[in-house]
Amino acid sequence: MALTLFDKLWQQHTVTDLSDNSTLLYIDRVFMHERTGSIALVSLEDKDRPVANPSHAFCTMDHIIDTFPGRGDETLMPSGKEFIVSTRDAAKKANIRLFDINDDDQGISHLVSAEQGITLPGLSVVCPDSHTCTLGALGAMAWGIGSSECEHALSTQTLHVSKPSQLRVRFEGTLNKGVTAKDLILTLISRYTSAGAKGMAIEFAGSVVENMSMDSRFTLCNMATEFSAFTAMIAPDQTTFDYIAERKYAPKGELLEQAMQDWSDLRSDQDATFDQEITILCDDVHPMISWGTSPEHSIAVDQNITIDANQQTDSVDTALAYIDLEPDQSLLGLPIDGVFIGSCTNGRLSDLIAASEVLKGRQIKKGLRAICTPGSAKVKKSAEAMGLDKIFKSAGFEWREPGCSLCFYAGGEGFEPGQRVVSTTNRNFRGRQGPGVRTHITSPYMAAAAAVEGQISDCRKYL
Amino acid sequence: MNIKLTEKASVIKPLSKHSGIAVPMLSNNIDTDQIIPSREMKKVSKRGLSEGLFAGQRYQTADPKDRTLNPEFILNIEPFNQATILLSGKNFGCGSSREHAAWAIHEFGFKVIIAESFGSIFRINCLRNGILPVILSAENISLLNNEVMQDPVANKISVDIDALTVHSPSAKQFSFELESHFQEMLIGGLDFISLTLKRQKQIDAFIEKDKRKRQWAYL
Repeated sequence: MALTLFDKLWQQHTVTDLSDNSTLLYIDRVFMHERTGSIALVSLEDKDRPVANPSHAFCTMDHIIDTFPGRGDETLMPSGKEFIVSTRDAAKKANIRLFDINDDDQGISHLVSAEQGITLPGLSVVCPDSHTCTLGALGAMAWGIGSSECEHALSTQTLHVSKPSQLRVRFEGTLNKGVTAKDLILTLISRYTSAGAKGMAIEFAGSVVENMSMDSRFTLCNMATEFSAFTAMIAPDQTTFDYIAERKYAPKGELLEQAMQDWSDLRSDQDATFDQEITILCDDVHPMISWGTSPEHSIAVDQNITIDANQQTDSVDTALAYIDLEPDQSLLGLPIDGVFIGSCTNGRLSDLIAASEVLKGRQIKKGLRAICTPGSAKVKKSAEAMGLDKIFKSAGFEWREPGCSLCFYAGGEGFEPGQRVVSTTNRNFRGRQGPGVRTHITSPYMAAAAAVEGQISDCRKYL
Repeated sequence: MNIKLTEKASVIKPLSKHSGIAVPMLSNNIDTDQIIPSREMKKVSKRGLSEGLFAGQRYQTADPKDRTLNPEFILNIEPFNQATILLSGKNFGCGSSREHAAWAIHEFGFKVIIAESFGSIFRINCLRNGILPVILSAENISLLNNEVMQDPVANKISVDIDALTVHSPSAKQFSFELESHFQEMLIGGLDFISLTLKRQKQIDAFIEKDKRKRQWAYL
């Protein structure tokens, strides 16, 4: 029988099929962070349940720590230190590798997991964080769970999962100027709504995906959770294998050869069928930005706010009131107070390079607060080696230490109530970046262009 | 400093039948940031979170020291402040995986959430914490809402987890689906980890075989 990539990984990880059509799946890697992983570790310890295989479990600090230069355990978040210290203690007791504050390899969970070769093609990977689907870009079966399921995975190396139905999304055609993976995923979500994937496992495919860099593939898979997917994945290819080579926890030598042989089969069979198929013609996609309080409230930057019939009226009205905009309004020229570049969506080296292309030799609008937080220490180091920090700083950006940062108030830090912020993050939810903050999510090009002008603008004139 | 959780084990109270006051929050996409904002997750603990439930809308200000209630928010209005069933729209609990959302909802007193669809991580977090997520059509949710709003105190909604049915105040009956392992877990108040550990031999056998096949996957 013809199998999809997801079918193959599901089969390989099936310990046993249970009577009610659910499956006990073997979990290869558990990754944690100090906000939700801390609770899982402390709770297990409290129940005297050991971590079954500590060498397959990892933890980082990203959600609670702040991103100010010279940071330590103290954060602006009241009781933040409690999370940091108890995570450190619990990880040590459980004998788990912790990427602690200011460790050379610290960073946002999903960046570290990829950079270190902890997630590999063909592995099953869970993390108590909804953006774990990011790692599906490597051809892994990676999905977000809660703290209780994290405890389960740590102590049993398995999870009890009902197999989701499957969706293939093909991106075909040619990418227009200024269009990035972020614009593709925002287009998908705005067309099919933020509930559109209905818990399905997505395979992203098509010529545009095949030609994408790993960084762009991570961005694409990252926001599958905003589309309500169980996860997303991309079949591994030479781009993937080149990325993995020499990563710390990746197989080497003979083991790598064995792995490569297994990985070469990690693609959907030609006649495999999906429960649903969507094709997006990229020629129709333009730089995107959100106008409301859900990622589905996104439009092309030169479009006026359009209300889709699928978007329930009361939600749209509340969204417009919160964001202080009118139906049919254009976003172009809308004055802004802040810009944030970073996060597990767009905090990678190529994102910072993209923003720096716009910022080079330019200044941000006076009075604007602009922050760039590299997603990981490795990204930061590489960016600094290229001199990107100088471009950001001389443009007027703050250059921060790695972490989740202003994506959601991490480290107790937010923008001010009523401020309008252009952000490369994944969620424009109400209050996400601080109470009353109006967030517009978009690509690094668009965020940099907005920073220069102090208003929402079309990045294409800078490219 | 090592903060211990206040509970000893994840003892979930068995839930097989429930009848209670329902509160309508019918918007779509009520995300976990709205259910409990980041700033309200103050302890490495599963407890003490209900105060932060819907904090962004429930209180007059965002200052956690000022808990002056927003009189217009539905959970602050009698009798909805005693609701144990929540009615919502599409994609309830989408967004962040924070289980704090389920813990806060549970601690507030909710037993059942009826929505058109749920964020998938949130749905499982509910089931793991003794909250029943029920998926019904928009039409049926609207019908339930209309009956409830005629007299929210008298017109209670009932849910039968053995039969997998929801009963409207006027005794209209709707069936819903639930994986049988979650049904058993809710009805028995069972601990999932203990159940899985009973399969330890099977898991060990899988790993032994898998290690030979995928040696590269083992560290």
